[in-house]
Amino acid sequence: MENLWNNYRSAVILTGLAIIAFFTSAYIVPEEEQVVVIRTGEPVGTVNTPNGSTGAGLYFRIPLIESVRRIEKRLLDLEMTDEEVLSNDQQRLLVNAYARFRITDPVRMVERAGTTDGVRTALEPILNSVLRQELGRRTFQDMLTAERGAALANVRTNLDRQAKQYGAEVVNVQIKRTDLPEAPLESAFRRMESDREREARTIRSQGARDAVIIRAEADAEAAKTYADAFGKDARFYDFYRAMKSYETTFANREGGPENSMVLSPDNEYLRQFRGRR
Amino acid sequence: MSTFGDYTRNIGLAMAGKSPWGNDGGDKPESGSGGESGGDKPKGPRNPWLPGGGNGNAPEEPRRSANIEDIFKNRGKGGGGPGGPSFQMPRRPGGKSWLPFIIGLIVIAGLASTSLHLVAAQEQAVVKTLGNYTRTLSPGLHLSAPYPIETVDIEDVQGVRTVRIPDSGQEVKLILTGDQNLVDLSYIVRWNINDLEDFKFRLVEPIETVSEAAEAAMRASVAEKELDETFSGQGRASIEQDVRERMQATLDSYQAGIRVLGVEIEKADPPAQVVDAFRDVQVAEQNADAARNQAQGYAQQVLATAQGEAEAFNKVYEEYRMAPEVTRQRMYYETMERILSQTDKTVIEADGVTPYLPLPEVRRRSTNPPTAVTPAPNSGGQ
Repeated sequence: MENLWNNYRSAVILTGLAIIAFFTSAYIVPEEEQVVVIRTGEPVGTVNTPNGSTGAGLYFRIPLIESVRRIEKRLLDLEMTDEEVLSNDQQRLLVNAYARFRITDPVRMVERAGTTDGVRTALEPILNSVLRQELGRRTFQDMLTAERGAALANVRTNLDRQAKQYGAEVVNVQIKRTDLPEAPLESAFRRMESDREREARTIRSQGARDAVIIRAEADAEAAKTYADAFGKDARFYDFYRAMKSYETTFANREGGPENSMVLSPDNEYLRQFRGRR
Repeated sequence: MSTFGDYTRNIGLAMAGKSPWGNDGGDKPESGSGGESGGDKPKGPRNPWLPGGGNGNAPEEPRRSANIEDIFKNRGKGGGGPGGPSFQMPRRPGGKSWLPFIIGLIVIAGLASTSLHLVAAQEQAVVKTLGNYTRTLSPGLHLSAPYPIETVDIEDVQGVRTVRIPDSGQEVKLILTGDQNLVDLSYIVRWNINDLEDFKFRLVEPIETVSEAAEAAMRASVAEKELDETFSGQGRASIEQDVRERMQATLDSYQAGIRVLGVEIEKADPPAQVVDAFRDVQVAEQNADAARNQAQGYAQQVLATAQGEAEAFNKVYEEYRMAPEVTRQRMYYETMERILSQTDKTVIEADGVTPYLPLPEVRRRSTNPPTAVTPAPNSGGQ
């Protein structure tokens, strides 16, 4: 060991220095990141930017003088807080949207916003106001189906214009939620309820109407049947029906009143009773 | 230098269990072992795990901390720990330490574990060489350069993943329909990875993106439907299809490398606040059906009776037509027989005889009217 040191002192020191130099100057840029090289506070170079010539990999910097700032290269999301938007027919809607953006100009981003969170902080109020402006021009109904129109494309364009200042590019804007605020929500519930009540009432009365019709049709049909049969001989029907009626009226029923009859001897029934005159 | 001193002091704390501020005793040389202290006896890198050259445990190295071998030796001398067997490392020929071999083995094992990759049938892996994406590994056993140089990230590609919206435990999400009603929807999105490279390197939070894209697409689709359509099977199917297509378009625009396999609506209910009214509609439907059924029953009954009676009349009439006079007489007598056989009969011959008849009808007629009239003139006269 001592021999080694004595014989190769300079070589060992050089190797050590080389190793130290390597580890302090080399840095790896992964696929997901882009890097801005900063020399004494000034951005001097970039690595692995979206449109740049360099890709991910191993890079070197001047130790101590140059530092690297790593910035996300993938798509970032920008969430906005729930925003109450007034439609042009004076209805309120809570809207929640999100935007997807990426950093395309990291140098500008570092200069203007510092970090990606800085970009978010800068863009969020812009997204809110742009969205409110754009949706506020529409009717409530159109707001609900904003995707079909050009609203979101306009929001994206406007937001993108602002984002360019911070070296970011807005890929798209989507409305995630649209909710009714408290008071309109209550009235919407009331309306839904009364809607259903109306429907229920309609259904019930339709049922009642159908029932009446069915009964009447049956009665008519029955009357026709009777008429067809009895119409063949009206006089006989009169007699036939009278017989049936007498039987129902005068026959003693279980639990019914006691019948008693006072008959005149002139009664047709008693004609023979009197004997031949 | 000061940070290095702290570092070693902390090691001293961990090893000796002494206070890091009590900078005395055994800790003193530890903290001073910065590197240039052994100027006359340089020993290269001061790794506590390495025995100093051929000297073994020479007494001039008091600051060397306990290594594995020492621990094993101490245990052997102490006759074994409580219950532990007395274990002695077998001596290597030449009296040298086994340590280089053990370290070598560990290093090899470490290299193997970071450079051998078993990619299962459902999986793929992305390889980054010094951070730079170089290739995608298909299923099978693969070799790569060890860890710091190449990193391998295995991901389940074929496996179907599901996202449930809203998550269980989350508040219900009411979605506005096109006719400005609200519906309480919950649904499942099934997806898997289409392109692993895009999935890994395009989006920061691909999984969250799936659920966000799903929410946006669902809201947009439902806003184009009416409330009743969201409850019907056909309406649901068309919403599911619509959401799937919208989501796919959104995700493709992000180049997310995600394929949406399907969207299933688990339930579509009216909001809890108005569910009673919705139930009442169903009740109304049943009520209406019940009313119709009852009417049908009545109709059947009436018709059957009519047909029966008509038929009966027809039969009798047939007979009657054959011999009208006799049949008529016969029916008359038969009926009278049946009636009169069951009743009390009084036959009165003479005219003008009025028997006492306690008829309720007569009595009622005679008593009622006077009582109703009497109070009126009294009150009017006063």
